[in-house]
Amino acid sequence: MTLPLEKQAAASAILARIKTHIGQSEAAQKPAFTLDVDLELPGQGITAIFGASGSGKTTLLRCLAGLQAIEEGVLIVNGETWHDTTVSLPTHQRPIGYVFQEASLFEHLTAEGNLRYAEKRAAPGGMQFQAIVELMGIDSLLRQYPSELSGGERQRVAIARALLINPRLLLMDEPLAALDRQRRLEILPYLERLHREIQLPILYVTHSMEEVTRLADSLLILEQGRVAACGELVDLLSRTDLPLEFGEEAGAILEGQIVNRDERWHLATVAFAGGEILVRDTDGLGAPGADVRLRVLARDVSLSLENTSKSSILNRLPARIVLIDEGDTAGMSMLQLRVGESRLLARVSRRSVHELNLREGLALYAQIKSVAILR
Amino acid sequence: MGFTEADWLAIGLTLRLATTTTVILLLLGTPLAWWLATTSSRWRGPIAAVVALPLVLPPTVLGFYLLVSLGPNGPIGQFTAALGLGTLPFTFWGLVVASVFYSLPFVVQPLQSSFASLGERPLEMAATLRAGVWDSFVSVVLPLTRNGFITAAVLGFAHTVGEFGVVLMIGGNIPGETRVVSVQIYDYVEALNYQQAHWLAGSLVLFSFLVLLIVYGAQGNRGSAGFALGGRQQ
Repeated sequence: MTLPLEKQAAASAILARIKTHIGQSEAAQKPAFTLDVDLELPGQGITAIFGASGSGKTTLLRCLAGLQAIEEGVLIVNGETWHDTTVSLPTHQRPIGYVFQEASLFEHLTAEGNLRYAEKRAAPGGMQFQAIVELMGIDSLLRQYPSELSGGERQRVAIARALLINPRLLLMDEPLAALDRQRRLEILPYLERLHREIQLPILYVTHSMEEVTRLADSLLILEQGRVAACGELVDLLSRTDLPLEFGEEAGAILEGQIVNRDERWHLATVAFAGGEILVRDTDGLGAPGADVRLRVLARDVSLSLENTSKSSILNRLPARIVLIDEGDTAGMSMLQLRVGESRLLARVSRRSVHELNLREGLALYAQIKSVAILR
Repeated sequence: MGFTEADWLAIGLTLRLATTTTVILLLLGTPLAWWLATTSSRWRGPIAAVVALPLVLPPTVLGFYLLVSLGPNGPIGQFTAALGLGTLPFTFWGLVVASVFYSLPFVVQPLQSSFASLGERPLEMAATLRAGVWDSFVSVVLPLTRNGFITAAVLGFAHTVGEFGVVLMIGGNIPGETRVVSVQIYDYVEALNYQQAHWLAGSLVLFSFLVLLIVYGAQGNRGSAGFALGGRQQ
């Protein structure tokens, strides 16, 4: 539950011990719900807050923003107390930026009016108006009213507005959830740019695994108002005991650099802590030396006791079984493998585990059928 | 033909009364409407009912109770007398107090429904953009509920102009002090001076039509006023 950052303690971390109820009185159609978390989140990078709907993601974010009352708890952000038994800062005094899921602009102001609204009230010393407009690519939209913008454009303006307030913590509540896939794909690169170019801790609520794996550095998984898992993304996604909803989507993340790009076969070699792996060379891929993040789904990893080269599978890595989790899925087992310094997940049938006599500590070969390039 | 000097006096008095009443009602009605639109208090229902009472009560009933309570033996009358203001019945300010009660629902209800349709999101947004309570009200609530305010002001004004029963009960018929247009028309009719009554009555019809035109025009724009006109006109 605690992160490596713990040692640096409160100086650059978000400490949240929150207990709060959402009563039946407020929204009769929703059942009573309790959020009960005790967290230390990193005060830097993007932390994704992931979970099924109703797991308390948005409630947690609203508690951090002061939009939802905390009944019991303490909230300390980068050394500043936002809430405890004696103080509770109102929302407008918290140094946050907030991006709502939808309907997130003032309808009576143009895009520029929305941005200037934030600029006028911003904490001093932030980024310049023009720089943020360029970062989000909204220069041509400034004169339009929110009703004239597409959903994706509105969210880009909303993100720019949240940045203009010069926050010390950016809270994003499923900013892409209301958009179709095409629009999401348009915005993700802007979020990645945001991550690269601005030193700003971001808490990003989502129920999309794609957004998590592309954007996040750390991951918090909530289940029914409680913390199911919390830690660095790469560590967490190589665990075999993640909640059920990962099922088909379970897969480890590998971070590495591009070594070379082979134009003849349209393949690129990526070096990671544990070896090299070939990936399909797509247009978006960077030059040799560029950082890439790869995802290998557990269902795309098969195991072989021998290093057989008579196979269509290009990526075959020497590995060692760390642990075997029988899991909850009938007939399937989840295996965690060590490949050099890195970890992979493999999902194989229980019958294979039995017939190949797979056991913890065994050395073998992991055959990787496909690799997704996340960024 | 045209308006006589007495007519002009009555028109001037009526406009002064309606303007004063409207300003006071907007100041009182805005926080009241806000509270009604946002509270979950168990007092919401009873208070809303009291606010709406003038819609259903005969104006003479309202005027009667106001007369009693504002008079020298009534609680408010004793209070105003103790302040050295004298008693309010048969004065201009007595009419103002009566009109404020009488026209209250016409101001509170459109405001309340436009506040309710605003929802919480714009205010939450404003708070995350460092706008305090007053700042949010001026920069977000006012512009987004502008039509509600227009409707409230116009209806409050027009309804006060049209008041008759309450005025007779509490104001009587003092030229330049409490003799408003509707009372003046009544006097003409009693004196069988239909010609003069036509002038004033026709002007009120035209005025009322224009007012409603403005209100429905404003509602047509964005529909944020959302107020069904259902009050009793005299």
